[in-house]
Amino acid sequence: MAKTLTQEFVKGLWEEIPPFKLVLGLCPVLAVTRSVENGIGMGIATTFVLVCSNMLISMLRNIIPQKIRIACFITIIATFVTVVEFLMQAYTYPLYLKLGIFIPLIVVNCIVLGRAEAFACKNDVAHSLADGLGIGLGFTLSLAVLGTFREVLGAGTFLGHSVFGDVFQPFTFMVEAPGAFIGLGILLCLMNIASSK
Amino acid sequence: MNDMFKMVLVLALLTSISGGVLAGVRSLTMDRIEYQQLKFQKEPVIRSILADAENDPMTDRFKIKDGDVAHTIFPAKIGDQKIVTLEAFGKGFSGPVGLLVAFDLDNDTIIGSGVTISTETPGFGSKAKEDPSFVAQLEGTSIDQVASVKKDGGEIDAISGATITSRGVCVAVNEATAIYKRLKPELSKSMDNLGSEGGTD
Repeated sequence: MAKTLTQEFVKGLWEEIPPFKLVLGLCPVLAVTRSVENGIGMGIATTFVLVCSNMLISMLRNIIPQKIRIACFITIIATFVTVVEFLMQAYTYPLYLKLGIFIPLIVVNCIVLGRAEAFACKNDVAHSLADGLGIGLGFTLSLAVLGTFREVLGAGTFLGHSVFGDVFQPFTFMVEAPGAFIGLGILLCLMNIASSK
Repeated sequence: MNDMFKMVLVLALLTSISGGVLAGVRSLTMDRIEYQQLKFQKEPVIRSILADAENDPMTDRFKIKDGDVAHTIFPAKIGDQKIVTLEAFGKGFSGPVGLLVAFDLDNDTIIGSGVTISTETPGFGSKAKEDPSFVAQLEGTSIDQVASVKKDGGEIDAISGATITSRGVCVAVNEATAIYKRLKPELSKSMDNLGSEGGTD
């Protein structure tokens, strides 16, 4: 194992930042980034699932038979997702109502399964924790950035507070579905320009 | 064969532990979730159907046992009218549809209702919650009347494109009426108590 824990953690924030560099988990990225708050909430929920499932899968990696590993991973992931769903219902109910169906859909988020298959089942617990935390925070960051971009332009607000005052005419298109694709495209383009220099 | 046995064992163990954990988390969070649902789902509906109430239906709520289940009742007094509100469920297009129905205790009529939980399709079934004119059709009907959509020979105009949701709402109304009929003696008693409490302060 050549990489240190810090390297595993940091790679999730830029080098392998999930929606932009790995281009994984696009469904929730496009769907929930209507506002910054939704984006961050979704990001934190996914991070929790990712960290927990990465650690548990790494702990069990020598017990889980190779042939049924995917079934085992999905069971573990689905359990944590349901736990998150209960916790969100109990403590952040309004956010739970807004994110709705996308919380249970974390089960099929390819980032979570992807990290389990590509990383956690081959590495020790500490590295898997660092990997899960890094990728999760990277995902949260991406959702927050895309959410900011869309909310500021589309509704003229940031976290519900008005940014430009009354003179600004909101560009409503940005909070609709096509705005999500265009926003993602522009950010992806900017990131590619930045990293190619 | 050994391999096969190990696979079955691991998966069986994993799923049973997972089931146990989920049951635990569920029982730990159940009360808290109920409170949140009360606050965010039922309160707005209660406030809108019982806007004129002289008491606070949320703080005066009480539970009545109906066989194995306990129903939460939201009582209200508007002038001389004694009103009880209870929730019932019907099956919608993509999950349960919750409906709060308010009954006038003296006339046995429905005086208002509103959808609480719905995961119906936005733009179609979701109108049951968003468009007040749909549930307004139930207002004033007697509890002896069985609600059903026109397609099924009833009186209710279904929401266009959402017959299944509309049927779900009808089922919920009929269910609420059935509960109301069963619990009526106890409801009257509780309402009298509420009245005397109200008189003393």
